[in-house]
Amino acid sequence: MMKNRVGTIIGCLLILVWCLLPVAWIISLSFKSEAAITNGSPGFFPADGGGAGWDNYVAVWDNEQFRRAIFNSIGISLIATLLSVIVATLAAYAIARLEFRGKKAVLTIALAIAMFPVVSLVGPLFDMWRAIGLYDTWPGLIIPYMSFTLPLAIWTLSAFFREIPWELEQAAQVDGATSWQAFRKVIVPLAAPGVFTAAILTFFFAWNDFVFGISLTSTENARPIPASLSFFVGADPFNRPASLLAAGAVIATIPIIVIVLIFQRKIVAGLTSGAVKG
Amino acid sequence: MAAITMNHIVKQYGDGFPAVNDISIDVADGEFMILVGPSGCGKSTLLRMIVGLEDITSGDMMIGDRRVNDLAPRDRNLAMVFQNYALYPHLTVYENIAFPLRLAKTPEAELDKLVRDASATLELDEHLDRKPGNLSGGQRQRVAMGRAIVRQSDAFLFDEPLSNLDAKLRGQMRTEIARLQKRLGITTVYVTHDQTEAMTLGDRVAVLKRGILQQLATPRELYENPGNLFVAGFIGSPPMNFLPATVKGSTVELPFGSVEIPAERAERAAGRGLLIAGIRPEHFEDASLASDSVRTGSTFSAKVDAVEWLGNETYAYLPFEAPAEVRAQLEQLEKDLDGEGLRTQLVVSLDGSSRIAEGQDAEIWVDGRRIHLFDPSTGENLTVDHEHAGRILGAEVNSGKA
Repeated sequence: MMKNRVGTIIGCLLILVWCLLPVAWIISLSFKSEAAITNGSPGFFPADGGGAGWDNYVAVWDNEQFRRAIFNSIGISLIATLLSVIVATLAAYAIARLEFRGKKAVLTIALAIAMFPVVSLVGPLFDMWRAIGLYDTWPGLIIPYMSFTLPLAIWTLSAFFREIPWELEQAAQVDGATSWQAFRKVIVPLAAPGVFTAAILTFFFAWNDFVFGISLTSTENARPIPASLSFFVGADPFNRPASLLAAGAVIATIPIIVIVLIFQRKIVAGLTSGAVKG
Repeated sequence: MAAITMNHIVKQYGDGFPAVNDISIDVADGEFMILVGPSGCGKSTLLRMIVGLEDITSGDMMIGDRRVNDLAPRDRNLAMVFQNYALYPHLTVYENIAFPLRLAKTPEAELDKLVRDASATLELDEHLDRKPGNLSGGQRQRVAMGRAIVRQSDAFLFDEPLSNLDAKLRGQMRTEIARLQKRLGITTVYVTHDQTEAMTLGDRVAVLKRGILQQLATPRELYENPGNLFVAGFIGSPPMNFLPATVKGSTVELPFGSVEIPAERAERAAGRGLLIAGIRPEHFEDASLASDSVRTGSTFSAKVDAVEWLGNETYAYLPFEAPAEVRAQLEQLEKDLDGEGLRTQLVVSLDGSSRIAEGQDAEIWVDGRRIHLFDPSTGENLTVDHEHAGRILGAEVNSGKA
């Protein structure tokens, strides 16, 4: 028993170190001064006189380019998530509930799209977007994000919808609800865990995307944070400002942590228990 | 409140299979109507057509004097209790019951009063703030009922509401439903496969088999005057015994011997060759205990294969051999009733004080007045009393012959 517990603790520690060491290291870097890093500062904690306090964060935040990029990322990711979830909810509901011709085809094609390599689409999209004026705009990124996350969201959500007993909807209709009311008041609340799961996945994809972000933008107009960080050069072109980049990277992870914490509360498993005889 | 009139209702699925075939039932205002039959007989489909969850292929569905065939469920103003309750798990008990009222935009004060009335009726007051997931089966069932009674609907529809409860609770809820229905006086259609529920709850019972209405009558009429073999075998527990029989004059020859039956009944069945006699287990008795009434019955002697003593009564099993033509019909009947083709045996219900033991040759008395005779080819009951049998499938043809 005791032995087991010790093993569990050691295992957990190993996994934590494995996962969090890079994160811890980037946080450590973000608190070191530029000069200290250039000169070599191998310790986890800044050496004497090598600490920068919050200076790096202040410097990054004062940078207009960085602020624009954060704003672009939040805006684009949220809009893409919202649209994707709404469309996926409606589509998944139809797939779970209705019998129509070509249902299997829709699901298969959706899956095929999700499996398509992102890189192979960047070239054509670049050409198309420039031709129709979507290049370097928010919609120019929102559209590809949506199309790549929709299939996964539809698959996740239709699985959730299938779990909900159909009788609930029928009961609502007998109780006097229209189909839309039954959907909104009974089905959607019950599918909420699925909706939020889909939302988190979509948001992750949009927030972390680099390939589209760097290929389909050219200015601060729409450039999201991962792409922007790679353009972050600082004063000396031959000396990348590692500490500033680290601070920028830390700031860039904050929104995603906040979003996950918010959504996670909504993902309550087993919400449907008690609807029907178990 | 309203009467429900089903007029030649047909439900045909895409493959052409008629799940419900030309059924006409009038449910009077305030009546408790039971739809009963083995699984796959179309009873649930019929109920779902009343409430509007299933399309009607042809025929007229009338609620009051409105034809509702093309109305959506929400426009039919009916309340339904589902087999699996279908409670909304994200809402509290209070909100579950209030759900139909909220949809109808009932003012808050009135809504609160109605919900609390319903919860008081069903003794749910202490659970109003809980979620369905934390309730027991019986409590969930009551919440489902609460959601049905809270609004002024034209009729209640129940789809096997008790089948998920354990035996004891089922008995309690059964009386509860009966009491509630009597008090509210609302037209009710109740689907069940349980014949105890059918017999105890219903003002009238409609027995269905493979989408066809077999007989529509009061429980007593069904029991005493089953219209055909199927109804006779379905209603009653233990089920009616079926024996090969031939009528000679006013006696019926059974595998165990001859039994005297009333002349009027014998006449109706005369000259038809081999028939099937139906005798309920309780119309037998241990001859030594039945001396008082022996003047109208006959006795026979048979070997007892097995005995089950239940305290108040005893079931004795007497095996017999059936001729092939009767056996085929009986096997088909067993299949229709969802049963297994067991050996042909006679089940007799004797008084609990009977001392008959296994392996003995027992002297059994049988009440000849209660014997029904069925035509083996059509299954129709030749001795049925049409005055007291409600409506029987194809009865018009029967009465023409009689």
